[in-house]
Amino acid sequence: MMGYPNILPIFRRELRYYFNSPVAYVVIIVFLAIIGWFFTSNLFLMNVASMRIVFDLVPLIFLFFVPAITMRLLAEEKKSGTLELLTTKPVRDVEIVLGKFLAAWALLAAALAPTLLYLVTIASLGSIDFGPVFAAYFGLLLMGGVYVGIGVLSSGLTENQIIAFIISFLIVLALFMIDKVLMYVPEGLATTMEFLGTDHHFSNISRGVIDSRDVIYFASLLGFSLFLATVSLERRKW
Amino acid sequence: MSIAVRNLTKKYGEQKAIDDISFDVKTGEILGFLGPNGAGKTTTMKIITCYMPPASGTVEVDGLNIFDHSLDVRKKIGYLPELNPLYLDMNVLDYLEYSAQLHGLKREAIPHRIKEMVSTCGLEEVRQKDIGELSKGYRQRVGLAQAMIHEPDVLILDEPTSGLDPNQIVEIRNLIKQLGRAKTVVLSTHILSEVQATCDRVLIINEGKIVADGTPEQLKQNFQGAETVTLELKASVGNPLEHISPKLRAIAHVSNVELLSESDSTYRFALHIEKGADIREPAFRLAVAEGWILLEMYRKGTSLEEVFHRLTTS
Repeated sequence: MMGYPNILPIFRRELRYYFNSPVAYVVIIVFLAIIGWFFTSNLFLMNVASMRIVFDLVPLIFLFFVPAITMRLLAEEKKSGTLELLTTKPVRDVEIVLGKFLAAWALLAAALAPTLLYLVTIASLGSIDFGPVFAAYFGLLLMGGVYVGIGVLSSGLTENQIIAFIISFLIVLALFMIDKVLMYVPEGLATTMEFLGTDHHFSNISRGVIDSRDVIYFASLLGFSLFLATVSLERRKW
Repeated sequence: MSIAVRNLTKKYGEQKAIDDISFDVKTGEILGFLGPNGAGKTTTMKIITCYMPPASGTVEVDGLNIFDHSLDVRKKIGYLPELNPLYLDMNVLDYLEYSAQLHGLKREAIPHRIKEMVSTCGLEEVRQKDIGELSKGYRQRVGLAQAMIHEPDVLILDEPTSGLDPNQIVEIRNLIKQLGRAKTVVLSTHILSEVQATCDRVLIINEGKIVADGTPEQLKQNFQGAETVTLELKASVGNPLEHISPKLRAIAHVSNVELLSESDSTYRFALHIEKGADIREPAFRLAVAEGWILLEMYRKGTSLEEVFHRLTTS
């Protein structure tokens, strides 16, 4: 990260904040408890050994989980005034945004990592097609990354964490739901709306086909939200 | 390392926070920024530290413009913002390390610098504690330590002693004075004795404009004309403003008469008189002639408080 030397210290500070406080643990435990509940009941009650349930569930949990872990990132710094300290040091606004984004994304990956144990369980019970499973994990990280980006942006819009949560929740909910209402809209609009939905692209990827269109969709949405987040920091200068 | 501020203007909505301010700070100077709350001190400092841009005008720090060389300017400046915001969840050493990293200090130089700042700012006892657990005095020292961790040539301190007890104030002042010898320091305050104790030069700012600029001594001299004579007298008249004030005002060299207080038929007046004049004798004669009983009369030179008061009210 030459030229952007401050991303790393900011990333480390944010990650340390997550793991020094109960935040990370509470969030991860709740996350795993929900998924574990559905996974095991599926396994033992229905006798279905499949990762499907995990990949169906995680996108839904992300809708709450991601706004919860990102809401404080910029809002709290604004409220406490530490943003003034940060921005009067020789630090670029984009470094602040990227450092914080990467920390929240890393927490998301850390929450997701223990679910690989389910994969081990299933693999020991029978044969498994690893291709689609890893593709789905890749898709979850991409989708989660986009949500984190939107969370950072929302956090930069306000100094109130609750408002930041609500804004990012509404945006990610809209992106998640937009391809669920296609039957109610005219046909011409439907393809466009389908393309805008995160879930549509995620299910493409989780089928095991990593299409550049889906990757580009996530990457550009992420880039755009991080760009806007940087602009929201620069807003003090207007 | 000099600072040159040129024609700085900043508006919040329609209201001008600062209005066409220009001044220079020379290397090694400790400049006191004095003014009532809302005068524009903090705004000026926020512009110098590149936190926000002015509506018009420029600032150059060591010849570098805040617009074109924002990152370089910020490298040279150590800043203690108003209210001293800190990460309350970090411990002192971690926080200083974080600050040092953000200032781009070399990894191998950081432990040494932290050690130095901890001892300079007297933080040995609390270095392992979370900042949230620290008293206000210690937090202020942490704020100063983070501002100086990268050995900046310019220190911008926004009310460095606010909220401290008198002992802590003296400590922090001494610290600033000691550090200020080699650096250019701009500090804001509304405590006048602070300016007299620490600053080489004072800038008084009111309603976004500079109203006075000079050493504390110069300011007092320039406003020497503002000498006052305080008069307490007893008189049975209906309305003192009608029956006493005009007569006092009529004494030669009296430029203004103020009724300070009244109780029963005892009145206190402040007479502002012209430079070099002494009106005590005519005032006494007037009192005798009018049959007022003179309870007290004394002459007072100008203090910095009065200079400040005169410049920032009206």
